[in-house]
Amino acid sequence: MKPGHGEVVIAEGDVELPQDEARLVAEFRHQLDAGLWAAVPVAQGDGRREAKMVRAFEDVPRDAERVIFFPRAAGG
Amino acid sequence: MVLAFAVSALVAIALISDMVAPRLLESWSRYRARRQRVPELSLDPGRDRRAEQTARELLRSCVGEEEWAMYRDLGLIRVWGRFPRAHSGGEYAYLIYPHRPIVAYEPQTGRLLGEYCVEFPDETRPYGSARLPDSDDVLAKWMVLTGDEPRLLADSNMHLPGRQHDVSAVTRDLWRLSRWEQSRMREITAGDRLPTG
Repeated sequence: MKPGHGEVVIAEGDVELPQDEARLVAEFRHQLDAGLWAAVPVAQGDGRREAKMVRAFEDVPRDAERVIFFPRAAGG
Repeated sequence: MVLAFAVSALVAIALISDMVAPRLLESWSRYRARRQRVPELSLDPGRDRRAEQTARELLRSCVGEEEWAMYRDLGLIRVWGRFPRAHSGGEYAYLIYPHRPIVAYEPQTGRLLGEYCVEFPDETRPYGSARLPDSDDVLAKWMVLTGDEPRLLADSNMHLPGRQHDVSAVTRDLWRLSRWEQSRMREITAGDRLPTG
C-alpha cells in the first residue's frame, strides 16, 4: 500500500523455485527493515476471512497468494 | 563658470539617479522574473481517485463478501472482538471507518465503549502525502484487528466515545447497520426459497 497509489506489486514469484524464493525472502526482509508491517489474508474453514500478521518469511503460509505490506500503526 | 555648472550637473545627476535607480532595478528584476522558467507542478487530479479505486479492489479481494457489502453500502466495516475480558466480559465489536478512529461497542445494548485512534502514516511520503487511500486505511485496520487485535489496541490511543466521532452519528450508524443486516437476511432467506427447477 502506498499513499497516492494504492496497491503496488513489489515482487512476484513461485516459492517452490529456489531463485524465486531467495528473491522473495530478500524483498520481504527489505520491506520489514523499511519499517512496514506484513499480513497475509486467509480464509478460515467456515469461510470467514481474516488476516495473519507475519514477522518472518517462515511465518508466511506456503500456499499464500500474496503478502501485503503496509505502514505500521501509530496512535492518532 | 564651467566648473560650477559641471558640479551642479553632477549633483543633479546624483539626485536623479538616487530616485530613478531603484525603479530601474525593480523593472529589470520584474523583466528577468518574467523570463525565468516557472517550475511546473505535476498535479494529477485523477491520481487519488485511481489510487482509491485500486485500494477498493484490494479491500474487496481481502475481506469477506459480507464485510465488502457492508463497506460498499454503509461506508464502514464491523469486526467482532475476540477477547471478551478486555471489555468487561461481554460480547463486543468494532466499527472501522476510513481515516477516523475505530469505535468499540456492545452489540447487545448499542453502548459505545471507546474510540481507538490509530493511523498508518507512510513516513517515506513517496507521493508527497503520508495518507493512505480510504480503502487502504480500512484494510490496514481490518488486517491488524483480525490478525493481532491486542497489538492494534496497544498502538492506538484510546479515548472515551465522543472524542472525534459524533456519538449520535455512530448511534445512527449502528441503527443503519442493524437495518442493513435485517434486509440482507431477508434477501438471503428469499434466495434460499426460490424454486430451483
